Amino acid sequence: MQTTEAFQLHETIQITLKLFATFRIGRFTVASREYAKGTNIAAVIRELLIPEGQIGTIMLNSRHADPDRELNDGDILAIFPLVGGG
Amino acid sequence: MNKVQDFLRKQAEGDLLPWLCQLAASEKFDITIAQVEETALASGLLPARYQRNRQGISVSQQLALFRSWVAIIGCGGLGGYVIEELARLGVGAIIAIDPDIFEEHNLNRQILSTPATLGRPKVKAAALRVAEINPAVTLIPIQAAYLPENGEEILKGANVVVDALDSIPTRLALAQTCAQLDIPMVHGAIGGWYGQVVTQFPGDDTIQRLYSQWVEGKGVEQQLGNPSFTPAVVASIETAEVCKILLGQGETLRNRKLFINLFDMQFEEIFFERHLMAAGE
Repeated sequence: MQTTEAFQLHETIQITLKLFATFRIGRFTVASREYAKGTNIAAVIRELLIPEGQIGTIMLNSRHADPDRELNDGDILAIFPLVGGG
Repeated sequence: MNKVQDFLRKQAEGDLLPWLCQLAASEKFDITIAQVEETALASGLLPARYQRNRQGISVSQQLALFRSWVAIIGCGGLGGYVIEELARLGVGAIIAIDPDIFEEHNLNRQILSTPATLGRPKVKAAALRVAEINPAVTLIPIQAAYLPENGEEILKGANVVVDALDSIPTRLALAQTCAQLDIPMVHGAIGGWYGQVVTQFPGDDTIQRLYSQWVEGKGVEQQLGNPSFTPAVVASIETAEVCKILLGQGETLRNRKLFINLFDMQFEEIFFERHLMAAGE
């Protein structure tokens, strides 16, 4: 039992990342990545080197989410750029 | 109007009223084409130009569209197509708002622009185009920029407002004005191969949340420009939303954003939970 608890201290979560439009350039379309438990969306965005000002919509499991949201194992995170033309 | 009604009924082919009869009634009774159209629709007659709107739109719904006012903010890439489609759909009054004149870089996508209209006001071109394609429709051209200060004056009477702007802060201000005036707003935006549409009813805050990360400047359109087909697609989706709001039927893009990716040909839906309700309003 003790080993299980010790393992949980370093628990990681598996996230599916989906990028849209220009964010795919030089990155990827879909990727599966491992993060430390407790990682939030903003940290993932920083790691992807996406400037905050370019972020349009953040979608977590098909629903709109804010950057301070903490991720859970199995989450699907999608990031869309800002679109503003007419 | 009884005499007009009788005349129209006699001229009609079944319940369809041919265009030449609409013209003849206008001349004979010295009334506008719009007045003829309203009389016809109120008498259960369908101007023949709308026969392919059926069965999707009934005669009474066509009358509802004819009695509607829709304001289009921006008459560029999106606005031009929205105006064209609303006029052909038979929306009775279109308020077109834009301060600009056509420039050469508009020609690749803005349907109201031609070499002949370069240097001319976009709203004037809109008025001429609508008069040409559907004389029953009244286009009210307002050559001015929408501002929070003039919002109430220029949007007064509109049943729906269409966002065809190219500026994020102006959109956010427009969303605020529409909320204050209790008018539904259809948001559309484009950039390169990409676009998005959201429908917002008074009390919703989807558009505000859509741009909650925005700090300054433009979106991907600055880098990618806008090709000819993206505004046509997004404007058509916006027009379909307007039609459903005016008729009170169908499922709109309320509390969800449709993200359009024409490069990979993928359409994504993002659902927005209603904030106020989630917070226990």
